[in-house]
Amino acid sequence: MNETASDRLFRNEAGRMVAALTRLFGLHNLGLAEDVVQDAFCRALEVWKLRGIPHNPSAWLMSTAKNRALDVLRRERTARNFAPDLGRLLETEWTLANTVAEVFDAAGIADDRLRMMFSCCHPQLPEAAQTMLVLHLVAGFGAGEIAGAFVSTHAAVEKRLTRSKRTLAQTGPLFDIAGSADFAQRLPAVQRALYLLFNEGYHGASARAAVRSDLCREAIALTRLLAEHALGDVPSTRALCALMYLNAARLPARLDAFGDLSPLYEQDRTRWDRGLIETGCDWLDRSATGSEVNRYHVEAAIASVHARATHFEATNWTQIVALYDTLLTIAPSPIVALNRAIALAQLRGPQAGLDAIAAISDRRRLEQYPFYHAALGELERRRQRPAVAAKHFDAAFSLARNDAERRFLKTRVAACAAAAS
Amino acid sequence: MSEYLYLYRGGQRGTTPEESEQIMGKWMAWFKDLTAAGSLKDGGQPLEPEGRTVAANGAITDGPFAEAKDIVGGYTLIEADGIARACELARGCPILDRGGSVEVRPIMKLDM
Repeated sequence: MNETASDRLFRNEAGRMVAALTRLFGLHNLGLAEDVVQDAFCRALEVWKLRGIPHNPSAWLMSTAKNRALDVLRRERTARNFAPDLGRLLETEWTLANTVAEVFDAAGIADDRLRMMFSCCHPQLPEAAQTMLVLHLVAGFGAGEIAGAFVSTHAAVEKRLTRSKRTLAQTGPLFDIAGSADFAQRLPAVQRALYLLFNEGYHGASARAAVRSDLCREAIALTRLLAEHALGDVPSTRALCALMYLNAARLPARLDAFGDLSPLYEQDRTRWDRGLIETGCDWLDRSATGSEVNRYHVEAAIASVHARATHFEATNWTQIVALYDTLLTIAPSPIVALNRAIALAQLRGPQAGLDAIAAISDRRRLEQYPFYHAALGELERRRQRPAVAAKHFDAAFSLARNDAERRFLKTRVAACAAAAS
Repeated sequence: MSEYLYLYRGGQRGTTPEESEQIMGKWMAWFKDLTAAGSLKDGGQPLEPEGRTVAANGAITDGPFAEAKDIVGGYTLIEADGIARACELARGCPILDRGGSVEVRPIMKLDM
């Protein structure tokens, strides 16, 4: 097993292990839970080096964590207070082993992870900190990966995480996923964190790769957990599932055979995953209950229009522009406005698109976003102004965040420069 | 409110892993009930059936010390409003389904 494979394994398992251990130790002992996880990883590397990788490494890690938990609970039961609601059951051998086993079984882990997601979204924590904590504690991201997602430095994220975890550990007991009032109150924050996790995988700012399908898969798995919970199974969660499946369906075509980013109009649509599209459409149908329409509904609907078009020219742009109009009223942002402008250009030509971009009120906030400049370049190119287009693509190139983006933009710059001369 | 010690005596242990798991599940449920009723003071611990006996003459002998049905298999400290209530609570103990018994002993309060 090479370094990246074990990294991936550890990231996948870390969230499960921290969630289960925190359930046993209590949120105030979050640090102890993280220590036990680190300890299990170190032990794994040592033992596996000597004896080879076990048949089921995930199960190996889990049972190591479980045994370590039993050790800690026995050794420190008089010195520490553990999970307040389990306290009595952890104090005595009559129930200790069974209680630990329940927390670590499949259904237990699912609940543990939900509890952790909701605990991370404590209203006392700022929005960015909530998302960082979900990425770190639930999805197992290291500080470096989070720095990539938040366009920040490793040291800054590390500091922020330490502070946020300290706050989190003091917020009281773990979130009670059976309490309906609090559940509904924190649900939007949890959904937003999952949405960001998916986006990070889909068009992440990661320096290493433009598409990280493992993150998308993790986001889908966590959103499914939410949808399978009685209180989490609401239209907005279903719409979020739909959105993720429909976008994930396009992942195989987002990178071409050379690992280069492929724009929507050039994608080989036969590589879109029909099964995921179907699942996504099912979720979208199931999300259409109740009176509430939120951004996930609209974004999923946009993705479904794309998914239904067998080729780029067959796309129903009228419908897409209308959906973006709706999205702008529900969740206005310059990025949404930019996407609407690009769709409008498909419907009414590049000039209409450029006018719409010029009309974006807080356009300045897009200056650092490479695809803003890339969109301007693309529309200028279509307007037969290759020299202007080349300049925009060049600006986009200098802001690009990973090699795939750079390669994609470099070919655009070169093509436009050649056309201009 | 007074404190009472439950001494669990006898009771067949599970012979297969499935049976043991089932028995432990019943103990879990019982402890949860006691906790919910606010009666559990200290869960106590189960005891190994084997041990040693130290006599006044210094002799140390191996267990078992008595017939199987008399061996104390564990203890729990509870809190109840009188011995009648303590006995009533003890009726839920899973050991009773396995041929065992619960001895209910009030904790003596020594006034000095």
